[in-house]
Amino acid sequence: MDYLAVVLLEILYMIAFLALISAGLAVVFGMMRVINLAHGEFVMLGGYATIASSKAGINIYVAMLLIAPIVVGAVGLLVERLIVRFLYGRMIDTMLATWGLSLLLIGLVTLIFGNTAVSVPAPIPGYQIGRYQMGGYNLFIVAVAILLYVGMWVVLRYTRAGLIARGAMLGADTVSALGHNPRIIYMLTFTFGAALSGLAGGVLAPLTGLLPSVGGAYIAKAFITVITGGAGIVAGTLSTAGLFGTVNQLVSFASTPVVGEIAMLLLAIVLLRLMPQGVTGRFFRNST
Amino acid sequence: MTGSGFGVGRIRWNWFVAFALVLLLLPLLSEVNTPTLLAIWALFALSLGLMWGYAGILSFGHAAYFGLGAYTYAIASFNIGESTAPLLLAILIPMIFAAIIGAMMFYGRVSDVYVGVITLVVTLILNRFMNATAGDAYRIGNARLGGFNGIPAFPILNVPGDPNEQIYGTPYYYVVIACLLGSYLLARVILSSAFGRALIGIRENELRMELLGYNVQGLKTAIFAICGGLAGLSGALFANWAEIVTPSVFSLGQSAEVIIWVIVGGVGTLVGPMIGAVLLDTLKIVLGMQTSIDNSLILGAILILVVLLIPRGFAPAFVAWRRRLAQLQAYRRHARGTTRRRLHVKEAEQ
Amino acid sequence: MSEVVIETRDLSVHFGGVSAVDNVNFSLRERELRCLIGPNGAGKSTFFKSMTGQLRGAESSGRVLIRGEEVTSWPTYRIMRLGVGVKTQVPSVMNGLTIEENLWLSAIRTDAAAADAVVEEIVTEMALQPIARRQVSELAHGQRQLVEIGMVLANRPSLVLLDEPAAGVTGNEMERLVSIIRKINRNAAMIVVDHDMHFVRMLEAQITVFNQGSILVEGTADHVLNDQRVREVYLGTRAR
Repeated sequence: MDYLAVVLLEILYMIAFLALISAGLAVVFGMMRVINLAHGEFVMLGGYATIASSKAGINIYVAMLLIAPIVVGAVGLLVERLIVRFLYGRMIDTMLATWGLSLLLIGLVTLIFGNTAVSVPAPIPGYQIGRYQMGGYNLFIVAVAILLYVGMWVVLRYTRAGLIARGAMLGADTVSALGHNPRIIYMLTFTFGAALSGLAGGVLAPLTGLLPSVGGAYIAKAFITVITGGAGIVAGTLSTAGLFGTVNQLVSFASTPVVGEIAMLLLAIVLLRLMPQGVTGRFFRNST
Repeated sequence: MTGSGFGVGRIRWNWFVAFALVLLLLPLLSEVNTPTLLAIWALFALSLGLMWGYAGILSFGHAAYFGLGAYTYAIASFNIGESTAPLLLAILIPMIFAAIIGAMMFYGRVSDVYVGVITLVVTLILNRFMNATAGDAYRIGNARLGGFNGIPAFPILNVPGDPNEQIYGTPYYYVVIACLLGSYLLARVILSSAFGRALIGIRENELRMELLGYNVQGLKTAIFAICGGLAGLSGALFANWAEIVTPSVFSLGQSAEVIIWVIVGGVGTLVGPMIGAVLLDTLKIVLGMQTSIDNSLILGAILILVVLLIPRGFAPAFVAWRRRLAQLQAYRRHARGTTRRRLHVKEAEQ
Repeated sequence: MSEVVIETRDLSVHFGGVSAVDNVNFSLRERELRCLIGPNGAGKSTFFKSMTGQLRGAESSGRVLIRGEEVTSWPTYRIMRLGVGVKTQVPSVMNGLTIEENLWLSAIRTDAAAADAVVEEIVTEMALQPIARRQVSELAHGQRQLVEIGMVLANRPSLVLLDEPAAGVTGNEMERLVSIIRKINRNAAMIVVDHDMHFVRMLEAQITVFNQGSILVEGTADHVLNDQRVREVYLGTRAR
């Protein structure tokens, strides 16, 4: 019974983790069809921003929930103005340029922070379920993920900004028809997506030692979660995060974490092959 | 029609021979260790450039086949003891793997972007898998896979038939050069053939090629497999050069680097990718000798700049520039000629 | 001689819940020229695509047969190899290649040895000599249409499907188009889908009128255009 609870909690955590690291990429991909391969580095920057400000004395929650998104949002704005906005509509070129950006950011961070891992302790202590020691901080992550997605869904569904955002998903013409400049909307979207990535990075910072290269681990999983999810930002990402998180953890429990990860990647390929439009392209067609 | 045209151009034999001679005489002037590595990268770049520039297939995970070639060689040479069969396997296995992945993607009519995504994920899977194979349990025959430490000290290339006559140093350099030049010629042959022309047609307009009755999916799978085999060859040659294979051969970094070489050197030419590989890797080696500027930073900046400013890379831009220069010179000559004629007429009139 | 080249039996195509093609029984004989007309959304394009194996993600039932051979589930390229040529609504040609290279790609597939000769023949037939070496991307729309038709012909097809060949074509070019079509028709059965009634009349062929996924009426131009139902469908009233 305890074991079941542990398994369920681990699955829940994995789903939340995937959903969190995918949120920024999902917004940018869902609304602008831009594949930002530097997304993992945005998450990494969020982590560094959090750790740096925490070490400078700022409260850890402020650092991760406020500073990280703001800093990375600013970086995203810069990137959009200098690079991405010249490449709209050119998907492959965007992928290439953002891949270059990811290398650039890794180089930059290595230059500033060096190549040794930095870390910050988790602010929430662990707890016990039966014989098992659980990380308390994981629950916080789940909570943040839930709040974030509920927030996104509410904004998309019930606010004017959300309406414009959903219009943007249909194309620049719809945005113009709604009376807004598509260029500005895209700029804001990319910035917001970057901020979300920074938030994820900030929240995840206390979990492991941070290196300039951790982006690589995030991008892969976020990537497949978002692409297989399809255009629906909330529904798509949550469904695939749910699917992958469950498969990953179940297989991990059955054998090893590596096999779990590989199982998840294989599942991604199968899904991509069977549903090129993503899960929300096939099912949940008109969802957000 | 099969000689030139289709944007391929005739092979300039005098350049080719001259260049081959330079390569052959190089050992007299310098050490061969670095040139060997550069030639291996050039071959790897060629394998991607052929597919990308002429068939329009961009793989974001071409390192998968490079790595498979390297690992296949290492594992096979441990188990077989003589190097000829392992080298052939190192070409064949990546080729088969590429054929399977390619067939799955192309017969599934996956779009360009998703080809990028799927090829990326395949490389990731191989990377993760190989990284986790530490411990005695993971072995293929005599070869322990070694996890992130990789497989060291496998038997390197030997003269076919004589396992004790190992090939390294300058003779090995010649082997690599032979493979490089041979692959280049193979690529040329492909591009001049109906198969190659069909690939170019597919790059231009897939739908139209289908409507003309071409088995587009089969052709794309075929070139994907061939380029996978060439990448595997370069991987096996790398394994022999490095004398160790580690999971970094499957890294995203490796896939990124080869894309950068091809795009900087020029998508749409055969020579461009090779030049790009040599130049950029030389730059990386030079940068690696100092610590103030990080290598990733430079490569990343270069990739961004190239995509923004010269999307098809330097070689086609250079070709276009040369063409424009030639037109300008021809115009100037024509203008001079008319002025002279006018002066003559004026003189005659006076 | 009057063998059936292509026919559909009870062909139906659904997208989601919408019936785009509804139980269509169509047949075309050797060297017959047929025009397919109908208002927007009548199902002409879908019907067209279902005959060439280009429908994906649609549920279809019924059969398509080319010279008695069932091609309903065949991939496009296989159907084309039966001697079918298709010209699409938006000209699909190789923009980065020259006219000659475009034609060559078509000719080489059916007869490798004679490819160069066939290319020259087509260039002459279509009066493309002055621009044969130009890159297709530099050509005007009308010229590109001609290149596409040339590519279709280079394959020596015995069944030719043209989707809106008269789009953007006016005056002299239209007369040239009609004569090209008549020339093609000497050797091949043809289906021409178009909206331009002037053009359709010029072709003087049998007409099949589509509406809401099924065939409304078939016959000569006069017969069809005077039919009450066709007038309702096009003009929306019981007008004269």
